Amino acid sequence: MRLAGKTAVVTGASRGIGAAIARTLAAEGAKVVVNYSGSRDKAEAVAEEIRENGGEALVCQADVADADSVKAMFDQTLETFGALDILVNNAGITRDNLLMRMKDGEWDDVINTNLKGVFITTKAAARPMMKQRQGRIINIASIVGVTGNPGQANYVAAKAGVIGLTKTAAKELASRGVTVNAVAPGFITTDMTGKLDESVRESMLGQIPLSRFGAPEDVAKAVLFLASDDASYMTGQTLHVDGGMVM
Amino acid sequence: MAEVMERVTKVIVDRLGVDESEVKPEASFRDDLGADSLDVVELVMEFEDEFDMEISDEDAENIKTVGDAVNYIESKK
Repeated sequence: MRLAGKTAVVTGASRGIGAAIARTLAAEGAKVVVNYSGSRDKAEAVAEEIRENGGEALVCQADVADADSVKAMFDQTLETFGALDILVNNAGITRDNLLMRMKDGEWDDVINTNLKGVFITTKAAARPMMKQRQGRIINIASIVGVTGNPGQANYVAAKAGVIGLTKTAAKELASRGVTVNAVAPGFITTDMTGKLDESVRESMLGQIPLSRFGAPEDVAKAVLFLASDDASYMTGQTLHVDGGMVM
Repeated sequence: MAEVMERVTKVIVDRLGVDESEVKPEASFRDDLGADSLDVVELVMEFEDEFDMEISDEDAENIKTVGDAVNYIESKK
């Protein structure tokens, strides 16, 4: 059990990569806060599965773009589990459109949830972590934040922003024992990527040296590593979990 | 006033490892007590816990000396 006794908050944990992260951290002994924004039933199902496997889970609704609801979530976490050791910023949305067609609202929604949300949760979590003199913050970025991607100006800008925020937070918090790293998934099979056209999927497969799409668990294992003591000498880094797409 | 000063002094001595005699009202956290910017953020967090109050980011920016902290806390009681 690599995370025995630790408490982890995973945002956007009701499905996809977030749900896999919640299950993986719980399987290694972490008490997990399963955060969701809208999908209550799915979040409850993830928590129930964790409990059936002998773990501890708390379901908590919060919109990461809203500072008050994030604060309430961390207060509840500290009240229930007594500490906050690991924060995984996974919550994210897409509103894809070509730059020339993108509406302000599509831009704002994605920046608010995917980038400002990480700022809000990181700021709130840094407080108890600084006091404890230890903490792990792991941000789920995306490989497109490194490469760019047509049709995703908002999403790419947010994810590139997350990588920059990761580095800055890592520098600011290092002296207090808090590490901040990012994981940049490539093409992972989830609801989000399921929306893409078959032709897009085929062309992406051609760009992956390992010739397959990733599973949410592939990302979760990288997160587990960064959350564990094995990664204690790493901070400010972005791990690419992408089958070799970007080197 | 004396009681607040006493508790503020204890927090500062514990956090910054300075001598009690250095903690005077006019002492600046950064210039006189060797605090870096993150230390000041942490001090404000500890004042919040010690006095069971919330100090907004805007107010916290104006707390630069020991006297600023004591006066602020007194004003909110």
